[in-house]
Formats: sequence, structure tokens, C-alpha cells
Amino acid sequence: MLGPVDYVYWMLGAFLPATAVVCACKGRVFLRYLPLSLYMLVAALLTVGRFVIFWKYGFPSNEYRYFYFYSDALLTICMFFALMGLYSHVFREMGFNRHVRAGALLLLALTCWFTFQVVMNSSAKLLTKFVVELEQNLNFVGLVLTYLLWGAVMKMRETRTQVIQLVSALGVYFSAFAGNYALHNLAPGHSTVWTYLPQILALWLPLAWAHAFVKVPVEARIATIPIAATHGSSQ
Amino acid sequence: MIAALIFVIAVAGFLQFFVSYCRSLIAAYERVDLSEQAREVTGINERQVNGQDFARLLQLVRMCPEPGDDSREIGAVRTYFGLLSMARAAFHRIAPSLEKRMERERESCAYFAAVALDRRIAHSRGLIAAQLSNQ
Repeated sequence: MLGPVDYVYWMLGAFLPATAVVCACKGRVFLRYLPLSLYMLVAALLTVGRFVIFWKYGFPSNEYRYFYFYSDALLTICMFFALMGLYSHVFREMGFNRHVRAGALLLLALTCWFTFQVVMNSSAKLLTKFVVELEQNLNFVGLVLTYLLWGAVMKMRETRTQVIQLVSALGVYFSAFAGNYALHNLAPGHSTVWTYLPQILALWLPLAWAHAFVKVPVEARIATIPIAATHGSSQ
Repeated sequence: MIAALIFVIAVAGFLQFFVSYCRSLIAAYERVDLSEQAREVTGINERQVNGQDFARLLQLVRMCPEPGDDSREIGAVRTYFGLLSMARAAFHRIAPSLEKRMERERESCAYFAAVALDRRIAHSRGLIAAQLSNQ
């Protein structure tokens, strides 16, 4: 049975990504960051979709369970493309756009192939297992790619404040989820914490991206060295 | 064992990204010069602000009406300042050079708070001016 707090999180889960899309339109960067905006739009729509399915069939129903896992997999694929969009922005000046796109598709295909190899021996519910496994693998690939992207941002002395904030916010999001996942395995009890913590963490990304879209001008620049966490002084 | 390793890497990554995110917020404010009025209110004479003034400046910020666009930034920097204060206390005896770095970061946070205060004072003055013109 869901309580009022769950409903509030659910509502925020739809409202904040929608706000990020509105902020992207307001900041006139919807097309500039199209994969990111689409990811937020899909996140908002799927959250509403989940609520509709929940309302119609109930929480423990198979319909809800299937919709949840399939929509989560779809969302992870969208996140993967959003990440590739950021790669494309960082490598645009070097003219590596097309290579990044081709590399992204290749990596996605490889992840799918690897996932299929892992689950192919399961005779029952092959597709469902594939979807769940694919989501986990793509999350891991996303985490590694975000770390690599941050390395590229630092190495290439990226100065666009908006890009830096979008990438670092994504890094915070992925790191927090990875930490939460690891901690869940280390301490499997405390089910309340593991229920609410991911929901709270999920609110960070739309908030941070909405801020970057609407508050940071596209032309704003900062030096990369001072913002690197390992750098000694601020300026 | 693997979960513990992932956890350590994730925490390190989280701190790295969060610090960078907060620094990118602070960096935008570092270029802004304080107005004469903000200097008077805060008692700051130069660009350098003591890290210990952060809490006092934040209290002054809270006393001003919100312009509605800086509360998230202030929240993130306040968390960052808390982390810095904890790290500074932890490194106090072990690594004095690191402690100095933390203090410089705390000073940047305090300057951020001073600029936020300056913006809010300007906003309040604008509100008062608008009210007077309506009367």
C-alpha cells in the first residue's frame, strides 16, 4: 500500500523532468540539447504512464511490473543517447561528431549482444530477463562513459559552463546510484532506506539540468582547471 | 568485496563530481565585484572574505526577500561548505597543506554568499522602489 510520501515522490518524478523540458524551451536550448530534453520528456511521460498502469491494475499486478521494467529499460536507453549527446557536444569542435554517433551505436549493439549472451540460456521469460539485464548493463556502461567524458572535459579544457554543469550533474547522479547499489548489497536490510533513497536521488538530475538550462547562458565560459576537484586553489 | 570496491569508487566519483559542480556554481560568482552597499553591510573591504563569515553572510541572505532564482545554488554551496568544513576538521592535524586548500575553498563559498547577499539587496531595493512608485 502506498502512502502520501510515495505519491509526493511520484508526482515530483513527473513534475521535475517536465520542468526541465520547460526550462530547456525557456532557455532556448531544447534543440541544442535535444537528446537530454527528450530524455527528460520521456522520463516525465513514463512516470505518468506508470501511475496510470498502477491506478488501473494495482501495485502488485503483472501489468505494472512489466511496464515498470520495460519503461525503465527504455529510459536507460534514452539516458545512453543523452550521454552520447553530451559526448557529441564536447567533441564537436574536433569534428568527431559522426565518429561519436557511430561509436555510440556500436557500443549499444555490443551491450545488447553481451546481455543476450548472458541471458540466452534462460528458457523462460527470455525477453524480460534480457530487458532487466540490459538496463543494468547500460547503467554500468553509462557510469563508465560519464567518468570518461569528465576526463575528456578536463583534458580538453572545456570552458562552456553549461556543458560542464550538465556533465558534472550527470556524474553526481550516476555515482550516487552506483554507491546506493553497492551499499544495498553491503547492507541488504533497511528496506525503507533502499525504497526512498533512489527516488530522492532521481530528483537531482532534472533539478540540476533545469538550473543549467535556464540559469546558465549558452555563451558563459569558465576555466576548467579551477573547477577540477583535484585542483589546489579556486582561481 | 566487489560491492565495497564499487562503493569506494562511487563515493570518490560522487565527491569529485559534486565538488566540480559546486565550483562551477561558485566560479560564476567570483567574477562579480561587490557593490559599495554590500561592502558596508557585510564589513568586507577587499575581495578576500574569511571562510568563517559564511554562516553570518548566509543569515543576512536569509533576511532578504528571495528573488526566487538562487535558493538551489545557495543550498548546493551550503552543502559543499559543510563538506569542506568537515574535511578541514579532519585534515587539521594530519595534513596542514590540505587544510589550507579547504580554507581557500571556504573563502570562495563565503564570497559566493556575499555576492548572493548583494544580489538580494539589489532585488529588495528594486521592490521598495517599485512600491514607492505605485504609491
